[in-house]
Amino acid sequence: MNSVSPNLDALARHVSLKVNGAERSADVEPRVLLVDFIRTNLRLTGTHIGCDTSSCGACTVLVDGTPMKSCTLLAVQVSGRSISTVEGLAAGAAMSPMQTGFHEEHGLQCGFCTPGMMLVGTALLEHNPNPTEEQIRWAISGNICRCTGYMNIVKAIQHAAAIKAEAVKAPKPEAVAAGGGQ
Amino acid sequence: MFPAAFDYRAPSSLAEAVDILRQRGEEAKVMAGGQSLIPLLKLRFSQPALVVDIGRLPNLAGVERKDGHLRVGALTRHVQVESNTDLRTLCPILPEAAHWIADPLIRNQGTVGGSVCHADPQGDWGSVMLALDADFVARSESGERTIKAADFFQGPFTTALRPDEVLTEIRIPLAAHSAGAYNKLERKVGDFATVAVAVQVEMNGDKIAKAGIGLTSVGDRNLKARDAEKSLAGKQPTDEAIAEAARLAAAAAEPKADVRGSAEFKRDIVRVFVQRGLKTAVARARGGQ
Repeated sequence: MNSVSPNLDALARHVSLKVNGAERSADVEPRVLLVDFIRTNLRLTGTHIGCDTSSCGACTVLVDGTPMKSCTLLAVQVSGRSISTVEGLAAGAAMSPMQTGFHEEHGLQCGFCTPGMMLVGTALLEHNPNPTEEQIRWAISGNICRCTGYMNIVKAIQHAAAIKAEAVKAPKPEAVAAGGGQ
Repeated sequence: MFPAAFDYRAPSSLAEAVDILRQRGEEAKVMAGGQSLIPLLKLRFSQPALVVDIGRLPNLAGVERKDGHLRVGALTRHVQVESNTDLRTLCPILPEAAHWIADPLIRNQGTVGGSVCHADPQGDWGSVMLALDADFVARSESGERTIKAADFFQGPFTTALRPDEVLTEIRIPLAAHSAGAYNKLERKVGDFATVAVAVQVEMNGDKIAKAGIGLTSVGDRNLKARDAEKSLAGKQPTDEAIAEAARLAAAAAEPKADVRGSAEFKRDIVRVFVQRGLKTAVARARGGQ
């Protein structure tokens, strides 16, 4: 069935990704999962490993803007593509609307699921700026919150949608940077 | 968790892919989106020497209408089927089934072709393709061949594909006055079906010309309920005819008791879902007339 190569280095592939806008690369074995590449090779530990069986969504990242589970992708499989992690949400010291929403609405308790929830919420608002509660709940249905804080997570995403809608009405950069309307 | 070591190839053309499979197919696993294969690799249920990642092959993603059938490219992602508004009238069972597969994040990456080749008895697409009498198009270095859905699923995680073959597309016949429905019982989003039933009907006036019924999670593979299908041919979709087909489909199911329910419970869900699916499908097919 299997013949594991004794020389694992010989299997290594060059993986090159754009992560939060910056080119990052490393030589890794094909079996290295994207989540481990991000956490271990790139030292970006905001992407969490929860269930490690593609059930919980704690490892969610955006691949070319689309949320996916980085525990169920090989790093080599997405080489050449753009990855967004939770570290990429804030612009310097200024929180993104989604982060402000989670802050204002107490959208987290322990915080473990939060990076995934915020990334899914961010991607949702990109193509549906004014989602219904049902659409929000459907969008986050692949992400588990073990504190069962779903009520506030939904409110947080709604809050972020409201901030973004305000920003569209009055697109002043400083208002966007401050999270808008605070 | 991480998989056992494997070699990796990502061919950029179909010709290159089948050449790799000709040489190393026996020791290789083909990966499309990886949403079924990567969990298996991580659990080390599967330890191939080589993973052939076909995810970068061009022209294999998308659904298009061609010569009286629908062509579903093997790399079409579940979300592409789910969000395709044309399909809601053209072949409603497809987006309806896609909507209930796994969860939204997995649907963004998982593919229709990968799912059918994985051939999980609890998978949704197999039953849908059995109900639709779809054809599976396989490519190897020696050419192309077509495999009927009914011949494709040979057992748990086992298909008729040879090690040197790769699935390129699924062809779904499109008849006038036809429609389907997919009913699925799942405990929560992301869980496999406790039971699901795919139903497709083609109407001829007030009679059912042809019916297709596929069953999920009640056997060692996705099952085609042939006796139930035959019982409907040429009949008006009366309550009695539908009840009889539902009874035959329930009898054809081979459910096993597990954490999701008893065998009796699952068999009865088959009966209920066949009835429900037939009524929905007939109404949809008539609505399209």
